[in-house]
Amino acid sequence: MSLINSAPEMVLTSTVDQVLNWTRKSSLWYMLFGLACCAIEMMHTGGPRADLDRFGMVPRATPRVSDLMIIAGTLTLKMALRTKVLYEQMPDPKYVVSMGSCSNCGGLFQYAYSVCDGVDKVIPVDVYVPGCPPRPEALTEGLIMLQKKIMQEKWITRSSDTPRLGGPIGERT
Amino acid sequence: MDSTGIHAALRGHFDTAVGELAPGPFEASIEVDASAIEAVCTFLRDEKGLEFDNLSNLSGADYPELERIQAVYSLFSYKQRHSITLRVNADRTAPVIPTVEAVWPAANWLEREIFDLLGVEFSGHCDLRRILLPEDWVGYPLRKDYEEQPDYHGISTVRENLLTMKRD
Repeated sequence: MSLINSAPEMVLTSTVDQVLNWTRKSSLWYMLFGLACCAIEMMHTGGPRADLDRFGMVPRATPRVSDLMIIAGTLTLKMALRTKVLYEQMPDPKYVVSMGSCSNCGGLFQYAYSVCDGVDKVIPVDVYVPGCPPRPEALTEGLIMLQKKIMQEKWITRSSDTPRLGGPIGERT
Repeated sequence: MDSTGIHAALRGHFDTAVGELAPGPFEASIEVDASAIEAVCTFLRDEKGLEFDNLSNLSGADYPELERIQAVYSLFSYKQRHSITLRVNADRTAPVIPTVEAVWPAANWLEREIFDLLGVEFSGHCDLRRILLPEDWVGYPLRKDYEEQPDYHGISTVRENLLTMKRD
């Protein structure tokens, strides 16, 4: 109490949730993983013009250190199984952005025998970005929406006697 | 050399194993007996004046009403700057065609693709596996009577028809 009064310009007050969420949203490492033409736009978004680096987002070459998976492109049934394995290898908390019509709903190829119409049939999705393919601006907006979503999360709950960290997205309160 | 000359050279060497020259919208094609395809291809590659050094494409087609599956070989010669198309028919119930992998190594993957999508068995092929679809896929999708499985490893393949979907 007196700390704030004694040095007001040096102290910030916040909640634990806010700090946790802020650190998480500011270092979203996305998996270097593209499936089709949307991946080209994703590379553009990571490049100097749209520049994902300014959000603290850097591509990682392995799911084991990634926080975010951007499904960029047509998801074939063959790839769907592998995508699920990659998703399961990511540590919690993990987020999924579905980029483009193909991964949203199968898009142009949804009636093809080999195409999975929608990545949400396989793994949970946080943000859907429409477009075919979405421009870097659209993907950036989707990622900013994801950051807003992350800021609303509650990690420390009082549902039981002992405070604990929250689980995966579906179980959080 | 034009297609008539190529056909005459083949006829002279293989007689009845090589069919008539059939004109097409883009290029004339020749029907070849399945049993003779490897010898025909070796001849086309090695004979002076023909020298087909490139198998540019190998594709297939299903003709259920004719009870046959057809493999289509598109050949090109970089040396002579000419091209020809060969067609080989196989019985639809158990399609078997000898491989031309020994003539052009490029045939390896192309034949695997035909095997994958149409189910043609290329006898003598060194590595006849599916190339595009998963190895546990059921059926051959480019056959006219292909029926889709209701799901693939628990992922439903039942798709809503957007034309009949009702708006809320």
